[in-house]
Amino acid sequence: MSATISHSRPPVSHPVDILRFNTCGSVDDGKSTLIGRLLYDSKSLMEDQIEALERSADITGGGQINLANLTDGLRAEREQGITIDVAYRYFATPRRKFIIADTPGHVQYTRNMVTGASAANLSIVLIDARLGVIEQSRRHTCIASLLRIPHLVVAVNKMDLVDWSEERFIEICDQFNEFLPRLDIKDVKFIPMSALNGDNLVDPSVHTPWYVGPTLLGHLETVHIGSDYNLNGFRFPVQWVNRPNNPTDRQLHDFRGFSGQIAGGIVRVGQKVMALPGGQTSTVKEIWTLDGPLPEAFCPQSVTLVLEHDIDISRGNMIIGLDQLPGTGMDLHAQVCWMHQRPLQRGKKYFLKHTSNTVQAMVTEIDHRINMATLVPEPAPAELVLNDIGEIRIRTAKPLVYDGYATNRLTGSFILIEQGTNATVAAGMLLPSEQLVRPESGDYVI
Amino acid sequence: MSSYHLDHLQHLESEAIHVMREVAGEFERPALLFSGGKDSICLLRLAEKAFRPAEIPMPFLNIETGHEFPELIDFRDRRAKQLGAKLIIRTVDDAIARGFATPKPGIVSRNQLQTPVLLGAIEEFKFDCCIGGARRDEEKARAKERFFSFRDSFGQWDPKNQRPEIWNLYNARLNQGENMRVFPLSNWTEMDVWEYIKKEQLEVPTIYFSHERDCFRRGGQWLPVPPAHTGATTPDPYAGARPTEKEPVKRLVVRVRTIADMISTGMIESKVHSFDDIITEISAARVTERGSRADDKASEAAMEDRKKAGYF
Repeated sequence: MSATISHSRPPVSHPVDILRFNTCGSVDDGKSTLIGRLLYDSKSLMEDQIEALERSADITGGGQINLANLTDGLRAEREQGITIDVAYRYFATPRRKFIIADTPGHVQYTRNMVTGASAANLSIVLIDARLGVIEQSRRHTCIASLLRIPHLVVAVNKMDLVDWSEERFIEICDQFNEFLPRLDIKDVKFIPMSALNGDNLVDPSVHTPWYVGPTLLGHLETVHIGSDYNLNGFRFPVQWVNRPNNPTDRQLHDFRGFSGQIAGGIVRVGQKVMALPGGQTSTVKEIWTLDGPLPEAFCPQSVTLVLEHDIDISRGNMIIGLDQLPGTGMDLHAQVCWMHQRPLQRGKKYFLKHTSNTVQAMVTEIDHRINMATLVPEPAPAELVLNDIGEIRIRTAKPLVYDGYATNRLTGSFILIEQGTNATVAAGMLLPSEQLVRPESGDYVI
Repeated sequence: MSSYHLDHLQHLESEAIHVMREVAGEFERPALLFSGGKDSICLLRLAEKAFRPAEIPMPFLNIETGHEFPELIDFRDRRAKQLGAKLIIRTVDDAIARGFATPKPGIVSRNQLQTPVLLGAIEEFKFDCCIGGARRDEEKARAKERFFSFRDSFGQWDPKNQRPEIWNLYNARLNQGENMRVFPLSNWTEMDVWEYIKKEQLEVPTIYFSHERDCFRRGGQWLPVPPAHTGATTPDPYAGARPTEKEPVKRLVVRVRTIADMISTGMIESKVHSFDDIITEISAARVTERGSRADDKASEAAMEDRKKAGYF
């Protein structure tokens, strides 16, 4: 492809919000090309970046500019022509700022897709129009579903190589719709495109008069993400206790605040709250910020809460509202993606990090492992290995206060850390607890 | 759109505050790398937002090459004092004198020599974590960086063996001698930084605004003429970084877009006098900010190689 830099960028006014998305597909589905094209066509590329592309084109590409070189940042990747890790890219239009996680398609790198996709509002699954839906497509869609990514785009790429056939496009949509009901994805958009030539990426393609939907960028700019955060049930994991201990300033000397990022719901001054696992109740006296006190604050704001009563709260505790109570317990039931070469070992102790709280944990059962070819759970496997997804039972050394992942991504997720090496070995999504926190009794306090 | 809505700067700010508080909560001896540049200026404001009304619970650390812009040093010292923070400075000069940094013959830039000095400071103060202002949009190798970037006991970054970072759950666990680099601005772009500086009305060093300066052309860039060499008995620290006879000096109206030191910072011709001017200039810019950094031009993998060796 020839690249010219004659076009000027549009003036960047203030984007109104942020959309995080990730791209996934198999090797050679054209992920990096798609991102390169989005950056290029939205005029987010700079001359020196294009020059660097041209330099590498002269050296390795026989004069052909390869937009994939934009995202394949590391030497090893350029040499091997693969993407070995998650790469983040940024661009903005007047409507939105975008954060792209480019996640590789190799089977062995599923852990990177989970990394890139965990915080995403939207996932793009690339399909090669010639090949249709393959095992990788199912795997990636399954992971997107497991991670509860609210929006999915199925980008049917390389349509130019199937003569822009509407029949082929519909066939692929049908293949996809066959296994979608088994998953938990509510919003799916199919878009026919050619990333290499830019068809239906930023501008509508002349080759697809039969397609009436939005272009990819048009969809990314307008998809509704306002409700992606949980505003029900106040959850405030305490990260840090703010105690100035200032002997010269009396007011500061007595200041005791609890700092954290709201992980769910809304908090207001005067609201009754409970500190867990202690179970003490109090009232919010002040929502402190550097910019002045707030009457209310909501997820995902970072604030410091001052309470009416002097109660013992430390890092790892959670302050909650009294309306929608979280679950609690030491026996957890969760879906996990295993991310390490050393397989999950039943009976082995791991650290489990959940919100700002780290506890010791032991895997007691492996209920099943999902067969990625069929998406069917296989009961009682001996182990989970790298890139496996399955359901497990965990016992923790102390009770956890949590929500089901389907209810709240922030209070329903955890990681497992191997003791000794400190490697992050698993990403976990909690299933709802059978036991809820009971506000009037203390029997969950251990 | 509901009233419970954060715009992109509020989102980025909240994310960065969360990261800073995780550092305070998880590490015993963190430090904050403060150079006086625009990114670390944002870090300081975020630290205030994360930790006030208490003191910022970590000292500031700066590694000097010895070739700094004097305006930057003045600003750095004043700002640290205003915030009541402890400022630790370690220098390449001192490291060379003590023998744990050795200049390559004929290479005047001390960019790479900052690495052993930084690692020396980490060792000296037993820092287990350094907060830095690096952003993923700066450079291709940085685009692969995590918020919490693990470094082995040699300070090395291993891009193929990074800890997966899932949701906002950062694995901060270390063994003896290992340390973490943490980048709260990972998701910020150059534009976000300036919009934030404008929104918060933060003071920046004067060299970010247009001023007159003697410059000379080298390597396709306008480089600043270094200060005159005064000590007749000592070797010139800028030897090799002064204009030759074939490089005529011109008085230009310039500013910096990104700051390294005087040797590796290209000046751009510009007439900006306000944050709004800067934002307008960046949105019309046709090169990235790193396009004016000589240290990145060494090779296509320049940053990757330096990061692997323990660079910021």
